[in-house]
Amino acid sequence: MILDGKAPTGPIEKSWDKHRFDMKLVNPSNKRKFKILVVGTGLAGGAAAASLGELGYNVEAFCYQDSARRAHSIAAQGGINAAKNYPNDGDSIYRLFYDTIKGGDFRAREADVWRLSQVSNNIIDQCVAQGVPFARDYAGYLDTRSFGGAQVSRTFYARGKTGQQLLLGAYSALSRQVKAGTVKLNERTEMLDLVVVDGVAKGITCRNMVTGEVNSYWGDAVVLATGGYVNVFYLSTNAMGCSVTAAWKAAQKGAYMANPCYTQIHPTCIQQTGDHQSKLTLMSESLRNDGRCWVPKKKEDCDKAPGDVPEEDRDYYLERKYPSFGNLAPRDIASRAAKEQCDDERGVGPGKRGVYLDYATAIERVGEHTIKERYGNLFEMYEKITDENAYKRPMRIYPAPHYAMGGLWVDYNLMSNVPGLFVLGEANFSVHGANRLGASALMQGLADGYFVIPYTIAAYLATVTPGTVTDEHPAFKESKEQVQGRIDTLLNIKGKKTVSELHRELGKVMWEDVGMARSEESLKHALQRIPEIRDEFWNNVNVTGSGAELNQQLENAGRLADFLEFGEVLATDALHREESCGGHFRTEHQTEDGEATRDDENFAYVGAWEFKGNDKAPELHKEPLKFENIKLAVRSYK
Amino acid sequence: MDLTLHVWRQNGPKDKGQLETYPAKGISPDMSFLEMLDEVNEELIKTGKQPIVFDHDCREGICGMCSQVINGRAHGGQERTTVCQLHMRSFKDGDEVFIEPWRARAFPIVKDLIVDRSALENIMQAGGYPSCHTGGVPDGNAHPIGKPVADYAMDAAECIGCGACVAGCPNSSAMLFTSAKVAQLAVLPQGKIEAKARVKNMTDTLQAEGFGNCTNHLECEASCPKGISVKFIAKLNREYMKTIGC
Repeated sequence: MILDGKAPTGPIEKSWDKHRFDMKLVNPSNKRKFKILVVGTGLAGGAAAASLGELGYNVEAFCYQDSARRAHSIAAQGGINAAKNYPNDGDSIYRLFYDTIKGGDFRAREADVWRLSQVSNNIIDQCVAQGVPFARDYAGYLDTRSFGGAQVSRTFYARGKTGQQLLLGAYSALSRQVKAGTVKLNERTEMLDLVVVDGVAKGITCRNMVTGEVNSYWGDAVVLATGGYVNVFYLSTNAMGCSVTAAWKAAQKGAYMANPCYTQIHPTCIQQTGDHQSKLTLMSESLRNDGRCWVPKKKEDCDKAPGDVPEEDRDYYLERKYPSFGNLAPRDIASRAAKEQCDDERGVGPGKRGVYLDYATAIERVGEHTIKERYGNLFEMYEKITDENAYKRPMRIYPAPHYAMGGLWVDYNLMSNVPGLFVLGEANFSVHGANRLGASALMQGLADGYFVIPYTIAAYLATVTPGTVTDEHPAFKESKEQVQGRIDTLLNIKGKKTVSELHRELGKVMWEDVGMARSEESLKHALQRIPEIRDEFWNNVNVTGSGAELNQQLENAGRLADFLEFGEVLATDALHREESCGGHFRTEHQTEDGEATRDDENFAYVGAWEFKGNDKAPELHKEPLKFENIKLAVRSYK
Repeated sequence: MDLTLHVWRQNGPKDKGQLETYPAKGISPDMSFLEMLDEVNEELIKTGKQPIVFDHDCREGICGMCSQVINGRAHGGQERTTVCQLHMRSFKDGDEVFIEPWRARAFPIVKDLIVDRSALENIMQAGGYPSCHTGGVPDGNAHPIGKPVADYAMDAAECIGCGACVAGCPNSSAMLFTSAKVAQLAVLPQGKIEAKARVKNMTDTLQAEGFGNCTNHLECEASCPKGISVKFIAKLNREYMKTIGC
């Protein structure tokens, strides 16, 4: 099937304004009659729930953490992009639009990216009004810094804790609505099913993670803002609880999963030290503003202390390969370059899978005090984890799974192919194409939540009668029984392997075969191994305890069961996409010097997969991508 | 290294609860404290026992989910460190380690090391925000804010809401938590307008939730994994005084 993204036509500069006018509205006094369920309380979900509640809708919000303030958006460090052009350095909405399309390797929908760029400026204003303490200069004006993939300084930041401050802003807006009674918040509640009635999303089924009770909730629309899926790799920079579960439950009910193979492997994470590790820690991309990546030129220097490798024997490989962007090359490119150096046996640290990120030059130029002010908390975090002082000795870093560009397919209104189901933020696929630029995730989450969904959801709600389907409908009882049945099955396997052992096994396959470089051979191997691990899971996992209590093993088992289905679709997508683009690198498709080779003739489309069950191949639906404003070109940062 | 753990086990809020002893063997100094607990849990599962439940999520010191009292100190007592950032290199072979949940009347125990911190949510909902609408706000540069003021607000805003200040305080006071939000918003032009109502409503809720008062022990600052300063409590008191006209 050919999918229609329903992007507006006509001049791109007017597309969002015109669309806003064309959309239907819901009368203020009718808004309270509509019930909207919002799952996830990160930047996208928190902002959406707060904004929709304030508009007068009857909102119910859900999160698995004990507080809405703990969603993983909180961990974003570096910053948020906006086309304010405050530094007078040539930025504009058009340039942000261009950089994002190009950064995404021409695999995103133009109109969505334009809208994102346009509302980016409103986001900064909104956050300032909420009391977000952005960095400011001595005159009191907002400060910016540079990020990868851009030659202007458009990234607003709050020390190395921008995500935290923006999320606390959204959380405070949400708290205000909870107090006002427009939003009801359900914490420690995990969504385990989407209720679909006559092909339309009408509710969700959740497990109360404290009591174990399984409950259904009805709504006239369901909004998923449940983040990304890179914990499919087991080790990633995501929080331990991040999962594909909510999105996957929607996929099982007919929502298409788009471009799952576009995964972002972030270049600057703290190197892994051993098998005990439960997660990897990101060191913000902003560090590449002042840090220089290098490895020794000679293999024999790799075991030496970094200070003992003379300047002329160091290979500043990003500056060498990409002179115009240097250390600020986009993430996919910087990650592959690090891997290339390590594959060439010039890596450093444990297992020789690491590169240096060195501040010596910057400290000499601006002084340790300035570096401390810019990145102090990151250096502190690095020292806690590694016991090394990065002011004195370069950091050792290596790429790690960080973000999912792919996600549930949505049209321009952020509605999935299942009517009534909206998907926001990292959970959808829409704006980052095949590679996300730094400081764009926060921008997208807040754009979707504050400035897109409040308009587009009205266009849908205006076409439905509120409260026509409630939890009295038999589909809700059925959904509850199905969820309870699956929980009982998991608890009754009583096998020999723990959930985390099996998750590590899946992660190893995903990382080695479907990680930074993929080949037909590796992907076929993964497609053979994933069902084997899934079989073993359903026959040999040991989930302790009962379903009627707080049971973290059960929570993890449910999430892993979904990763074991989703991982196969991810690998299938990667195998079908016979090109290299952004975060998806197929070793068969590269130039002589190892750059990605895109195939616009055959693959300039969104690949949206319809899940048909584990015993059947998923079906591919395509949404062709048209580039009418930005010319398709080879993406070069040289 | 090998350690002996004494862990608080409590099967629900009504259960009495007690310390149980478990060995932690072959622990690498590079492990985080939570990774050490993961290993112990794997062993417990393999020997047919119930794993220890504890709150955790981001494991990089920012989400505020992890919450354990280790050897009598919230988050283990290392300066500016959450439990998830505490590493085993600060322990030595043969150590006995006592692990307990946050203890405060306002934080009932849910299970083992997990407590219910919804009292903090109620404080936030009482006024921890400027009442601005989505949209219709002025340009971000419309109100210049001097760097020292922005920095002061940011110092306060770094609170992760973990509740260590309550766990560390002999009175189980949540003054540091509340003051961080009150102070952040009181100095910013966007927050000043509602400052009086905010400090009143937030402190009233603080008392109603069963937190104790501040008697200047300063254990909160010592326990805080983000190093939030007690100077914000002084600011809260000052803001509070303004509302009653002293």
